[in-house]
Amino acid sequence: MFSTEEAKAAMIHEISGVNTRKCMKCGKCSASCPAYEEMDIRPHQFVSYVESGNVSALMESKSLWKCLSCFACVERCPRDVKPAKLIEAARLMVIRQRGGNYLSPDEVPELLDEELPQQLLAASFRKYSK
Amino acid sequence: MVYSYYPGCTLKNKAQDLDRYARMSAEALGFTLQEIEEWQCCGAVYPLASDEIATKLSAVRALNDAKEKGQDLVTLCSACHHVIKRVNDDMRHVEDIRTRANNYLKFDEPYLGETKVLHFLEVLRDRVGFDTLREKVARPLAGRKIGAYYGCMLLRPSSVMAFDDPENPSIMEDFIRALGAEPVIYPFRNECCGGYISLKDKPLAGKMVDKVMESAIDHGAEELITACPLCLYNLRHSGAAKKAPVTYLTEILAEALGLLPESAAGEGKPEQEKDNKAEGGEADV
Repeated sequence: MFSTEEAKAAMIHEISGVNTRKCMKCGKCSASCPAYEEMDIRPHQFVSYVESGNVSALMESKSLWKCLSCFACVERCPRDVKPAKLIEAARLMVIRQRGGNYLSPDEVPELLDEELPQQLLAASFRKYSK
Repeated sequence: MVYSYYPGCTLKNKAQDLDRYARMSAEALGFTLQEIEEWQCCGAVYPLASDEIATKLSAVRALNDAKEKGQDLVTLCSACHHVIKRVNDDMRHVEDIRTRANNYLKFDEPYLGETKVLHFLEVLRDRVGFDTLREKVARPLAGRKIGAYYGCMLLRPSSVMAFDDPENPSIMEDFIRALGAEPVIYPFRNECCGGYISLKDKPLAGKMVDKVMESAIDHGAEELITACPLCLYNLRHSGAAKKAPVTYLTEILAEALGLLPESAAGEGKPEQEKDNKAEGGEADV
């Protein structure tokens, strides 16, 4: 789908709308992130990976499936960079590809229980598959 | 006062208590929640990508429906509220989204973000008023120590949600106080419960929930309230720490207003137990 790293970098900028140059690397996003310890690439590093043209690494990162979209990083960023939008864009670049889905309807029956709210299924399909 | 009301998918299924106690309480407080006809699921998460339009259209349809009726739009579920408020902000401020959504939907006149979106709690605070609410309380929840669990979606991003102070909110504590109970303030009340991660990554959700529960209980909370069906599910079913009972904020509201049968009220029991106890007694609500 993407032939070069330049194409990927252009795409992540287009989908996210994030201006990575605004980041002053204070690390407040990662300090605020409740999933920080689970991530192989941390929220503040997403900006650096995009800047250095290594979006492929972001697309392979397990952080894409650990982000909770809690918006703590968005709220607390003093430069309004919105790291969550970069993570979302990288996730979309994966699941928008054929075979890139992280959740299949076939998996759902065994994940269900009596109390599981519809909201959880709706949210998961929006986040994990196209 | 009549408000357009967007219940959302979960309030029609697993979170029926959140819905019915809200409707009952609204009538007792002098306003009506008029459900929008043919509303569609909001998608449960706000589409963050700037190139996604289709996933925002169901929210725009609901917003336009309220506009055509000349009503404010009230939501209860934190997710619905988050999605609809943010899409409304897009329709008001982001020209590309506004143009493309309107080109697709072709309403009689373009929707430009005119509708006022209110969470049920905002109606209580800003329209009814917590002082008036306090006067209408028939059975004060005296002696109850209740922790408000805000989670993420009501508060953040505060520039758009404009719901309360995102780091030190007070609306739910003021609500609890108005009902005659004692609010318990604890540090993790606006930290994430794990959200949708609990479908595929239960251990991670468990870690989040344990921090919230330990924080609440250590600070003296004996029960928690939330507005979000997914928060309620995660808080009840994830994690290994000891648990305080979790209910919807509309349930303690209905209880304090004296709208629940005596046998179902109080005690902070999980709703399943209460429903069993009150069997037959709640058929008319």
